[in-house]
Amino acid sequence: MTAASTTLDPAVYADWLMRLGDNTLILGHRLSEWCGHSPVLEEDIAMANTALDLIGQTQLWLGLAGEVEGKGRTADNLAYLRDASRFRNVLLLERPNGDFGQTLMRQFLFDAFHLELLKSLQTSGDPRVAEIAGKAIKEVAYHLERSADLVIRLGDGTEESHSRMQTALDDLWPYVGEFFVSDDIDKAVADAGIGPDPADLKAAWRQTVDEVLRAATLNVPGEGYVHKGGKRGIHTEHLGFILAEMQFLQRAYPGATW
Amino acid sequence: MQVALDTVWDWLGEVPDPEIPVISLTDLGIIRDVAWDRETLVVTVTPTYSGCPATTLINLEIESALRGHGVEHIRLERQLSPAWTTDWISAEGREKLKAYGIAPPVDGTAADGKTVALAARLLGQGNLVIECPRCGSHETEKVSQFGSTPCKAAYRCKSCLEPFDYFKCI
Ligand SMILES: [Zn+2]
Repeated sequence: MTAASTTLDPAVYADWLMRLGDNTLILGHRLSEWCGHSPVLEEDIAMANTALDLIGQTQLWLGLAGEVEGKGRTADNLAYLRDASRFRNVLLLERPNGDFGQTLMRQFLFDAFHLELLKSLQTSGDPRVAEIAGKAIKEVAYHLERSADLVIRLGDGTEESHSRMQTALDDLWPYVGEFFVSDDIDKAVADAGIGPDPADLKAAWRQTVDEVLRAATLNVPGEGYVHKGGKRGIHTEHLGFILAEMQFLQRAYPGATW
Repeated sequence: MQVALDTVWDWLGEVPDPEIPVISLTDLGIIRDVAWDRETLVVTVTPTYSGCPATTLINLEIESALRGHGVEHIRLERQLSPAWTTDWISAEGREKLKAYGIAPPVDGTAADGKTVALAARLLGQGNLVIECPRCGSHETEKVSQFGSTPCKAAYRCKSCLEPFDYFKCI
C-alpha cells in the first residue's frame, strides 16, 4: 500500500473502522455464548480465550473509530449504544452458533480471512491502524491454527463428525462472499492508502481454505448466491437478539459503571 | 524531586504480575520506558494480549507501587507498537516461570497462521518439544492451543503424567 494520498472523510473512515471492530465484537460475543456449554473443557477455555482476544481487539478498533469520528464517542459507547442498523459486521458472524461444528467452521472461514486482512493492514498508511493490526495478527495466527486444526480433525474424523462439518460448510458458504465485496467505503479507504481492496484478499484466503478443507476431506461448494448487507447495516434478525442481550445493561441503566 | 530512573526500574522490578505473581512486570518485559517529564514520572506499558483483563490491574499496581515510594505525579502511557513478544521475558523470568510449573516460551516458534506448516505438524513433523517443568521430560504433548489464559497452552507430560501450562511464544 502506498502512503495516504487523499484525505478521507472522517465519517467514512470511522464507518470502515467500525466494520473491523464490529466483526471482532460480534464474533467475540457469539463465542462467549459457549462459555460453560462446550463439549469438552479444553474447548470451552479455548473459545473463551479466543473471545477475549477478539473483544480486546474490538476495544482498539472501536476506540480508534471514536477518535477518528471526533464526536467524543468511546469504544463502549459504540458497542453498547448503537442500534442494529448502525452495526457493520459481516452477516456470517451473527449466524447463531449451531452445533460445535458450525461454530468451528464459521471461526475457520473467518480466521483465514482475518489473517489476510490484518497482514495487509500491517502496512497501512495510517500508523494507528498498522500498530493495531501488528498486535492483533499475533493473536489471530493462533486462532487460525486452532480452528484449522480442528476442522481437519473433525472433517477427517468419524462419519458423524465428517457429515456435521460438511453440513456446516454448505450452510455457511453463501456468507463468505461478503468478505470480498468492495463498496464505495472500501474504495475510499483503499485510495487513501489505509486499507486493502477486499477483493484483493480473496486469492490468498481461498488458498488457505482449499488446503485445509482438502486435508479435512470436505467438498468445497461452488460459487453461488452471496448473502450480504451487513457492512452497510442491513442485518438478519439474529443481530437484534445479540444486541438485546449485549446492550441490556447500558440500555436499562444508562451510564452504569462498576 | 526526580528519583534516578534506575531506582524506578528497581521499584517496578518488585511489582508482581497479577496473573503469575512469581514474575515481576519487568521480568515480563511489558514496561517499555520510564522517563521524567518535568515533575511527572511517565511509565510506558505495552499490553501482552489485546484482551488481557489484567491490563487495568497492572496499571493500578504500577501507580500504587510508585505512590508508595513517594512519587506524586505519574502518567501511564500505552504503547502498542512494537507489539509485545515473549522474547522480552527476561532470562531470570524464564527460570522463575519454570520453577513455578509453567514451561517458558521457546523463542522463534510463534504461530504465523501458515496452514502448510500446520499440515506438516499434524503428520508428526516439526513438532515443538516442550520440556516438562516438573520432571524435565521431553515426552510431552499439547492438549489445547489455549490454556488457563490466552498467553498459555495446555500440555501434558507423558512421563510424570502431570498437566502443565506452556507460556506460548508470540
Ligand atoms: Zn513431567
